[in-house]
Amino acid sequence: MTPKQRRRLAFASALVVAGAGAAALIIYALQDNVLYFYSPSDVSEKHIASGIAFRVGGLVEKNSVKHGAGATIHFVITDGRTQVPVDFTGVLPALFREGQGVVAMGALEPTGTFAASEILAKHDERYMPPEVVSALKRSGRWKEGQ
Amino acid sequence: MTAEIGQLALCLALALALVQSASGLIGVRSPGAASVASGAATGLFVFVALAFGALTYAFVTSDFSVLDVANNSHTLKPLIYKITGVWGNHEGSMLLWVLVLAVYSAAIAFLGRGGVKLTAAALGVQGLLAFAFILFILFTSNPFLRLDPPPFEGAGLNPLLQDPGLAFHPPTLYIGYVGFSATFSYAAAALITGDSDAGWARAARPFMLIAWIALTLGIAGGSWWAYYTLGWGGFWFWDPVENASLMPWLIGTALLHSALATERTGAFRSWTLLLAIAAFSLSLIGTFLVRSGVLSSVHAFANDPARGVFILGMIGAAVLGALGLFAWRAPKLEGGTSFEPVSRETALLLNNVFLAAVTTAVFVGTLFPLFYRALTGRDLSVGPPYYALTFAPIFLGLLVLVPFGPRLAWRRGDLKEAARTLMPAMLAAIAAVFIVLSIVAPRMLLGVGAFVAVAWLVGMGCVRMARRSLWGIVVAAFFVVTSIAAIAMFARSTPHTFFAMGAFAIAAWVIAASVVDARSRRRSVFAPAAIAAILAHAGLGITLMGIAGTTLWRSEALQVLGPNESMTIDGYTLRLHGVYRVDGPNYQAARALIEVRENDRVIAAMAPEKRLYPAEQQDTTDTAIRSTGFSDLYVALGDERDGGKWVIRAYVNPLAPFIWAGAGVMALGGLAGLWGRLRIMFAPRLVPQAAE
Repeated sequence: MTPKQRRRLAFASALVVAGAGAAALIIYALQDNVLYFYSPSDVSEKHIASGIAFRVGGLVEKNSVKHGAGATIHFVITDGRTQVPVDFTGVLPALFREGQGVVAMGALEPTGTFAASEILAKHDERYMPPEVVSALKRSGRWKEGQ
Repeated sequence: MTAEIGQLALCLALALALVQSASGLIGVRSPGAASVASGAATGLFVFVALAFGALTYAFVTSDFSVLDVANNSHTLKPLIYKITGVWGNHEGSMLLWVLVLAVYSAAIAFLGRGGVKLTAAALGVQGLLAFAFILFILFTSNPFLRLDPPPFEGAGLNPLLQDPGLAFHPPTLYIGYVGFSATFSYAAAALITGDSDAGWARAARPFMLIAWIALTLGIAGGSWWAYYTLGWGGFWFWDPVENASLMPWLIGTALLHSALATERTGAFRSWTLLLAIAAFSLSLIGTFLVRSGVLSSVHAFANDPARGVFILGMIGAAVLGALGLFAWRAPKLEGGTSFEPVSRETALLLNNVFLAAVTTAVFVGTLFPLFYRALTGRDLSVGPPYYALTFAPIFLGLLVLVPFGPRLAWRRGDLKEAARTLMPAMLAAIAAVFIVLSIVAPRMLLGVGAFVAVAWLVGMGCVRMARRSLWGIVVAAFFVVTSIAAIAMFARSTPHTFFAMGAFAIAAWVIAASVVDARSRRRSVFAPAAIAAILAHAGLGITLMGIAGTTLWRSEALQVLGPNESMTIDGYTLRLHGVYRVDGPNYQAARALIEVRENDRVIAAMAPEKRLYPAEQQDTTDTAIRSTGFSDLYVALGDERDGGKWVIRAYVNPLAPFIWAGAGVMALGGLAGLWGRLRIMFAPRLVPQAAE
């Protein structure tokens, strides 16, 4: 082998080894660290066990926001067909509002209430999280041009 | 009238872009056409600047007969936000993108080195890019559309964007993103002209550095902006759009290193070309992610599928075109000189392998939800734990190797000598371990101390034995395996302490190695390029300390407080004095007045706000941050509760300021490198030898 070929070989094999290592790490990490997104209808149909983390999204139901003890807040996420009650302790995002799109991250309690650890609301008045749009479309609540 | 001038200027710019690209590509063969390309590049810049000026004028004068202004501005907005509002919306920000592209084109035309042919070809490619983007603006995002009848008042600008941060964040990021268009054009030009002496890498170097500096500052600035405006106390959320800016930075960093080897010894010639293509492709993908709204992100703008398809088409054309050119021409480029397995080249190779791997991890994490939805129709998201498992170990691995690079000579290095000179850095890393332990877990000090002492002695003995006999190697291997097992057991039982020790040891190792590097250089070889490496590497270590400190040791408190009630966090007592109404120019704020005590002494008054913007009907949080330089006390005001009580959220983020300070040091390193390059470019006689 000429030095040039040797260098090429070293380069290629280093890339292959690193690529394989990175791929193994990525696949391993992806297995346990993705969060599935469910609409409220999915949550009731799929009977998700309590304690499994996922994201649920839809609209914040009108007149459902109630303050609990301390900094806890209760509200209901709906896709027009099914509702999921949600508990959240913390500071709500500035754009959280009744009747607007929201995505909550957390897990179900044995009581069927969704304990949210994080709430994402939309960023400006014209933007709706894409998952929420598809959840509303599936439940028939989405009107084009909305 | 101004809108029409802008529209006309943009159309003329489109025509000039076409002229620039055609004459540039023909200019590879005929010098006459090459000079036409330079002229066209100047004209392109003038007309795009005119269009941008027209739009800015419409914003400043609140001309609501222009649709874009009516949708995104308001008469009551302060002047500074009227101006920054020009790029606070999709249409205007795309115009800014093209303006930056035109500035780079003109810079290539006037400052471009590397010969007439190379410059002409680079201008040709740059012209094609400008043509595609101006076409995109005119067809899908025209900022000059009129509205008849004009509304009496504009809809206002998203209040989150009404912040001094917005004045700098998008332009800086764009200078970075688009800067890689220049390196892309030079790489394509090298392939077109068959430039085999790596002159393209030298010509593209200043642009590479400018792009990298701007991207470093843009990412750091964006993270700082998120830190103080979102009120979540975090600085990085692995949001798709954040990742979109991180990926070109990572590949751009790899490119800076790889191009160094290509210039110096001709090594990695094809790989460097490929990286230049990849860096800009990732910038384009970033644009696609932000502009198309396909991924759920805090940055997503109102979306329009037509735009997404158009940008996707542009990415496809640019990437496939460049890769096709690469596959066709790259094999014809001549190879460089050879190097030994232990050398600067190998170190740069490892740097590139690690950076490519870490970019792949971010790429997969960012785009996996898209592919998953396309394949299954279901939505999922990839969260921070994924990145903690992939990004963190690979990047930390890279940082462990960083100090060796500058200590190894080109072509043939001496690993033993490098290890010897790095001994002080090794000691600094061990010292960092003990300092961290004495702070977070003093009880483990003795145990870990004994372990390190025994490991050091036995390790030295093993090295000596391994040199003498085969049995020595077996004993050494056994020793290595048992100590790794012991460390793994320790990591499992107290992961928190272990990660803190590891992160700070690596940070100390990198920073101390930079100091060693700086001290070892005699004044004569203290070239700007060396200063650049020293500062950039040290900055990385500083940022790592900040990230580790905030991530591992943050405290958080959340409480509902009435007037004169207090909460405590990490030795501070926060007493709410009251919440008052305050009116700003175009918002109404609830401002909390909070007294901060430490050891029964009042040390500060903090005033976090929650603002309502009536024009846009939106709230924003305005956090209050008190920084000691080593730690941030961070307070955000939440919603009002019954009985005049308010939700207050407080964090103590240890070492948070280091994150941005480190980025600043990195950028300074980039500037040192740029200064050295410009000095060589403009006064070659002052520098007898292009010292690296």
